[in-house]
Amino acid sequence: MSAERLLTSSLRELAAALAEGRTRAEALAEAALGRAQALQERLNAFITLTPERAREAARAADERRRAGNVSLLSGLPIAHKDLFCTKGVRTTAASRMLAGFVPPYDAFVVERLAQAGTVSIGKTNLDEFAMGSANEHSHFGPCRNPWNPERIAGGSSGGSAAAVAAGIVPVATGTDTGGSVRQPAAMCGVTGIKPSYGRVSRYGIIAYASSLDQAGVISRSAEDCALALTAIEGFDPRDSTSLDHPAEDHAAALAAAGGRLDGLRLGLPREFFAVEGLDAEVRRAVEEAARTYESLGARLVEVSLPRAELAIPAYYVIAPAEASSNLARYDGVRYGYRAPDYADLDNMYRKTRAQGFGEEVKRRILVGTYVLSHGYYDAYYLQAQKLRRLIAEDYARAFASCDLLLAPTAPTTAWLLGEKGQDPVQEYLQDIYTIGANLAGLPALSHPCGVDAAGLPIGCQLIGPYLAETRLLLAAHVFQQKTDWHRRLPPL
Amino acid sequence: MPAIDLDRLAELARIELTAEHTAAFRADLERVLALVDRLQAVDTSGVEPMSHPLDLPQRLREDAVTEADQRDALLALAPAAEHGLYLVPKVIE
Amino acid sequence: MNRTDWETVIGLEIHAQLTTRSKIFSGAFTAFGAEPNRQACAIDVALPGTLPVLNRGAVERAIRLGLAIEAEIAERSVFARKNYFYPDLPKGYQISQYELPVVKNGAITVQVGEGDAAYEKTVRITRAHLEEDAGKSLHEDFHGMTGIDLNRAGTPLLEIVSEPDMRSAEEAVAYARALHALVRWIGVCDGNMQEGSFRIDANVSVRPKGETRLGTRREIKNLNSFRFLQQAIDYEVRWQIETLEEGGTVQQATVLFDPERGETRVMRTKENAHDYRYFPDPDLLPLVIDRAWIEEVRASLPELPQALRRRLVEEHGLTRYDANLLTASKELADYYLAAVAAAGPALAKPCANWILGELAAKLNRSGIEIGESPLRPLQLAALVRRVADGTIAHAGAKKVFEALWAGEGEDVDTIIEARGLKQVSDESALEALVDAAIAAHPKSVEEFRAGKEKALNALVGQVMKASRGAANPQRVTELLRRKLTP
Repeated sequence: MSAERLLTSSLRELAAALAEGRTRAEALAEAALGRAQALQERLNAFITLTPERAREAARAADERRRAGNVSLLSGLPIAHKDLFCTKGVRTTAASRMLAGFVPPYDAFVVERLAQAGTVSIGKTNLDEFAMGSANEHSHFGPCRNPWNPERIAGGSSGGSAAAVAAGIVPVATGTDTGGSVRQPAAMCGVTGIKPSYGRVSRYGIIAYASSLDQAGVISRSAEDCALALTAIEGFDPRDSTSLDHPAEDHAAALAAAGGRLDGLRLGLPREFFAVEGLDAEVRRAVEEAARTYESLGARLVEVSLPRAELAIPAYYVIAPAEASSNLARYDGVRYGYRAPDYADLDNMYRKTRAQGFGEEVKRRILVGTYVLSHGYYDAYYLQAQKLRRLIAEDYARAFASCDLLLAPTAPTTAWLLGEKGQDPVQEYLQDIYTIGANLAGLPALSHPCGVDAAGLPIGCQLIGPYLAETRLLLAAHVFQQKTDWHRRLPPL
Repeated sequence: MPAIDLDRLAELARIELTAEHTAAFRADLERVLALVDRLQAVDTSGVEPMSHPLDLPQRLREDAVTEADQRDALLALAPAAEHGLYLVPKVIE
Repeated sequence: MNRTDWETVIGLEIHAQLTTRSKIFSGAFTAFGAEPNRQACAIDVALPGTLPVLNRGAVERAIRLGLAIEAEIAERSVFARKNYFYPDLPKGYQISQYELPVVKNGAITVQVGEGDAAYEKTVRITRAHLEEDAGKSLHEDFHGMTGIDLNRAGTPLLEIVSEPDMRSAEEAVAYARALHALVRWIGVCDGNMQEGSFRIDANVSVRPKGETRLGTRREIKNLNSFRFLQQAIDYEVRWQIETLEEGGTVQQATVLFDPERGETRVMRTKENAHDYRYFPDPDLLPLVIDRAWIEEVRASLPELPQALRRRLVEEHGLTRYDANLLTASKELADYYLAAVAAAGPALAKPCANWILGELAAKLNRSGIEIGESPLRPLQLAALVRRVADGTIAHAGAKKVFEALWAGEGEDVDTIIEARGLKQVSDESALEALVDAAIAAHPKSVEEFRAGKEKALNALVGQVMKASRGAANPQRVTELLRRKLTP
């Protein structure tokens, strides 16, 4: 088994190869690093590679294995979205503001995956401060889609999705504020899960919009996602919104499942399939996926999310509002970028933030400032919060008649870099299917369910009630046992 | 939709806008606000605002000192620091 | 010309730093006086990815204060972000409670003025809310730069906001002092004003007497002593009245008091007021306080000043005035209670008199706090007991008091013995002294017999003098009266 081959295998296959001595963590790390370096120019999936640290961690993993002291994930190469703080490794959020920032601590997720023995090879590209749906807004240049480098990888966790799709690492971390795990997973033909809000600690994740941000994982299959998610979830006293919920072994639940989904009620939100911009090929593929689920025993029911379209305006008030405040700390005083020339303190602030932030980040800060400012708060921010409740109630009502919702992940497949031009709203409208789960705090995943005529992957989204991650993963796992969309490899 | 006082927003957000930027930002913001203005059409009377997806009480920590002095490591991150202090352009009270 | 009579209206906002060991949202130490930035952890300097986690101890102290001012403790309160840029504010926002504070609708009753002019005043407290303090800007020159010390950033504060119920600087000072005593009494704040643990903002306005609408107020920021509070309000009121009488108008503004010049000066006006863009902090869920917690805190509270005051009047038989004075601080009240516990409840009043009279004067003259009094409560109690049982007369007692104060002895009885201060109550010894006085002062005797009561006092004085204060004046009076009345 060549190292390259290993990198297209599932986590269980890799774990077995390590356990049986067919490979070593160090060899896997070398393979991952080699592939990452080879593809960097073509994909720009990484902002920082950490070969020395990776080799050291891999050697340590091999050492532990010799001593007989390993967990399942030990020695497997991974990558972190460059929004997770990594002790001693620069963490940029794809921003000039933090281009030289080296955190003195690890994010909870980073800590957990290190404890599980995984070997991080570096930090993946993203939209600056996770603000974007294409990974085009990066200070380090856009990330490209492994299926077609002229196209976007999706965003904001584009680098993680591309790295997994390109067979660089079997699993990578992501964050999802409005679809940032699921949408790039769909664009790159891989599987990604955003857990329920509170499942995974936000400690050490550079904040975009605190009431919406949630860490997730991107991998090649639902089963791999289950293994990785099990490793990163759990209570963290450093995040007061972290759930004190008993850990669940999602992967064990999947292993125990049969090949059927008898009795599972899958809700198809009528409004989602009536969206104007929904591409016909995407629609067809998702409907086909629904029929596959039906063939596996699931019952399809039509449900309604009457305020589905309003999720976009609600989200684009709430997220920028929180962001405008979360990003106020980047002032050139304690860390990060400071403008070289300024007249006085105030001028230093203005120049630092004008030069340190990219255009999209500045746009969202200004929008957020506007909707919170005196005289507009009630009409925008408060109104959006009320809408948020109505939208969350719509989801709760839908779950009264179904167990999971099935929908497209995005209205189209990956578009061409630069295609959306200068109108930010065109990009915002792509989030229609994903942001509802963030507003309501619900778990959701995206798995591949087809390709369009251009050969670009299409994602199918499953959304679950609060804490129904196992149910989501199980459904996708059964689907993936029956289909092979998730096994397809990009033509690299 | 009310007119956008972009200068005031940039002032509140401490972001310097150049003349050419101002025009582009104004156009962008107008488009974004036109999008979010769709909210205004919805009757939300009697609806409690939802500021968080979790309907739980805040979790508290015990009053214990758990952080050691990390001054040197933290100051090393600063663009300008001396004598154990962060340095900024003169603050005029 | 008919000069307008003006009424002053004052409301205070007081920031009390809470006595927790760690900060309100981080595990960094709160002690005062550390080297710059040694107590500013990653959360306090707002590193990306850090999150606030609320200190239970800070909430507990807010509940204590709420109970002590008989306020409502909100079952649900919310932390908001107050957004503004300042180099000592690391996150670019302050976490504070805005629309839903943890404590609301309390009141305290304070005593204003002294002696016969004293009166009681109830000041309503609108709210008290939890928030974090900012760091400090050090304005001495570092190559033309300002230095920022973030040790204080994240220190827990309780902002206690009164209604505009005070009508003079005296009332404002009395309220501030009472609140200062109360926060120390219940242990939520050390009250150290030099270190900034108790900072006062005063909202001051004036209006013509009889007017019911409030005048335009100016807010005097950051007063760190009661003297400055008094001076700043006095100046501000004078300035506002002058301005209005000269036909000017008062603009709403935030002002600073300059103690050296004894003046206030404008910091910012309403026109350039901030737009703080408050919104609920999405990192922090609502703070929920259940009944059980409140009851637990209530059970841990010491007897509060108002309850003790009531008890001193009803059970100890003190006047309300004295009871107010004795409950002005926990230390004073504790001193008094320790003395009464040793002397017995029947001697509460003389204990109070000694403490509020001789002892208070001594302490005041020497600039010593009651807690450091060289004369301890048990000694005072022994002294009061010896006066009550007739062992010593008042004059002798004063000598014992002086000796104890000066540290010239520990034990009251030993001092009485050593200095021969025992009161002479023995009939035959007294009789000899009385007879001698009658013989030596026939004029006084005559006057008394002619109906002049005062003459008797002169004779008593002579006997006391002859006994060098050791005679029991009551017994002397009785003897004289018996001998001179046919």
